[in-house]
Amino acid sequence: MNKTIKHKDEWLFEITPKNKLLSFNFKEVWQYRDLLMLFVKRNVITVYKQTILGPLWYLIQPIFTALTFTLIFNKVANIDTGSVPPFLFNLAGITTWNYFKNCLQSTSDTFAGNAGIFSKVYFPRMIMPLSSVITNLIQFGIQLTIFISFYGYYYANGAAISLNRYTLLFPILILLMGLMGLGLGMLISSMVTKYRDLKYLLNFGVQLLMYISAVMYPLALMREKLPKFAWLVEYNPMAYVIESARYMLLSDGSFSINGLLYTVIVTIIVLFFGIIIFNKTEKNFIDTV
Amino acid sequence: MNKTILKIENLSKQYRLGLVGTGTLQDDLKRWWYNLRGKEDPFLRVGDVNDRSTKGKSDYVWALQNINFEVKQGEVLGIIGKNGAGKSTLLKILSKITSPTTGSIKSRGRIASLLEVGTGFHGEMTGRENIFLNGAILGMTKKEIAAKYDEIVEFSGCERYIDTPVKRYSSGMTVRLAFAVAAFLEPDILIIDEVLAVGDAEFQKKAIGKMQEISQGEGRTVLFVSHNMAAVKSLCTRAMVLENGEIVFDGGVDAAVEYYLVGDSEYKNIKVFSTEYDKDDFNLHEISINPVGKVSDFVLDENTTIEINTIFTLKETNKKLHITYVLNNENGDVLFTFSHSGNNLKLKHGVNKLKCILPKGFLNIGTYYLSFYVIENSKTTLFVEKDIMMFNVQHGEREIGSWLGREPGFIKPVFNWIIE
Repeated sequence: MNKTIKHKDEWLFEITPKNKLLSFNFKEVWQYRDLLMLFVKRNVITVYKQTILGPLWYLIQPIFTALTFTLIFNKVANIDTGSVPPFLFNLAGITTWNYFKNCLQSTSDTFAGNAGIFSKVYFPRMIMPLSSVITNLIQFGIQLTIFISFYGYYYANGAAISLNRYTLLFPILILLMGLMGLGLGMLISSMVTKYRDLKYLLNFGVQLLMYISAVMYPLALMREKLPKFAWLVEYNPMAYVIESARYMLLSDGSFSINGLLYTVIVTIIVLFFGIIIFNKTEKNFIDTV
Repeated sequence: MNKTILKIENLSKQYRLGLVGTGTLQDDLKRWWYNLRGKEDPFLRVGDVNDRSTKGKSDYVWALQNINFEVKQGEVLGIIGKNGAGKSTLLKILSKITSPTTGSIKSRGRIASLLEVGTGFHGEMTGRENIFLNGAILGMTKKEIAAKYDEIVEFSGCERYIDTPVKRYSSGMTVRLAFAVAAFLEPDILIIDEVLAVGDAEFQKKAIGKMQEISQGEGRTVLFVSHNMAAVKSLCTRAMVLENGEIVFDGGVDAAVEYYLVGDSEYKNIKVFSTEYDKDDFNLHEISINPVGKVSDFVLDENTTIEINTIFTLKETNKKLHITYVLNNENGDVLFTFSHSGNNLKLKHGVNKLKCILPKGFLNIGTYYLSFYVIENSKTTLFVEKDIMMFNVQHGEREIGSWLGREPGFIKPVFNWIIE
């Protein structure tokens, strides 16, 4: 009896200088789920407003990039993609890579890009990067349909491509990429608030990362041609993701459960630190941004 | 009966001055090193009071220091203070935008803050879409917004444009729409920062009325920051004055406003002269302007009856002298001239205390300058001192629902009106 009265008298919440290291408030994010979806909606409908081609831009980007890659890396530089049509090979790599890249780039802009809103109103800051990841997932979905159409076209023309049982793991791969981009993006966005250098580092860092992520070449080719530097690619979890994605979609290249496990572990670590640093930053970033 | 809904204890906030970025890595490492050895943050110990006009010893200042107060349910607390007094910092901490350096805030209710209207409005989206987005940003769920949607649209008066992108709206319409969303928030504690400074007279009236309704009718607790003393006086039940990051006054609204305005030396409307104006014919000692019967450090507002006192020694009684004042507005335009010449007063030899009374509500809100003239025989100027005194007339308390801005013009005399 006494206890219930005491409970009634308790405070609803308390604001103090410091919070616990890992106080990610899932309940609060869940309360704001409507906001999350509205941000996603905003991101989707405002991107290509007042453009002539509109959402077609979602399709133009990967197709032309894949075309360029095919011309340069396959026709000029003679990278061998085995029995898989080079265009499809590149399209698979680019579509998956783009998802990761977009997640990373948009979440890493969370604090700097939303300083205006963040300085005026409170909502769980996590909503912003989450909405970016979901927005990018929608974009990825659209781009995947393009891939599927080309897949169908090549398949009908007798290219040596096929799905396999690992294709079922593809959604997990997407989830991993999204979480990895989210974790890394949160980490970077937190540090950008204080050290602007990272913004510039990120721009070309992503570019460099693509080259060691086996996007435009098979992992095996790296091992064969540049064994000395192959570790760069082998220790890069993104290379595993791209290589596995191609294996799942095209039955080309290699797939290893160990590689996948390694990626899962790295993702969890990155996400863990991402959330810690993000939580620490969100309390005070407005003073430094 | 009314229990404490918000309790602020020992709240302080420290800021770093100068260029943030250079040297932060060094300070960060130092902090981390102290932290690691379990010592206190080395930068928390130093720090000056935040007075922007003096040069401090340290790069760190306290924007807020030892703030303690409680707010009871249903109270409308006004927070006033000069620029840089820490008002906005306090609101930012209360609304969880930034965290305090020390201290704590305990709350028994949901807090929603309105530091700006239209946060997160996106120009490319329609009014309808923005209502939902903005509402969600302010903490409402989609369901709540949908339930109030019609009321919001009606309140904003933007029905016709509701499916047009907001970038096509006039700025006034955007503000109306934004305020309408905010007006339908239903938190336990509402924090408002100067949003009344927007919109036209009609809309201001609507907005103030709505706020009144929120705070009185629905018993919600409101924290209200404003420079509009009329709004503070009309809306709040209690007020607090912040100065250099500290609470210097907490109590009744009128007393707080008085304290705030008087604390500013500008409002001490008295000038005492020793020998500056010691002339052949007269010696001017003092000019003071104050509400009738009060001392000169009382605030003049639009509802006070103002008296102007002139104390001087008359040395020469053979000449027919008149003290004359010219009133200028802050643009330097002459408003009118007044003198005791028409009143048949006889100045005596020796010290004279001349009193002139301006009727209640005669001067509008604003800053005024008095020029001092001594005229002989109503035609020759013996002496002139331009702009000898400056004084301000403040917002007075007004009826709820009436406009809280400044009417055009410099005087607003009360005439006799008769219905025949």
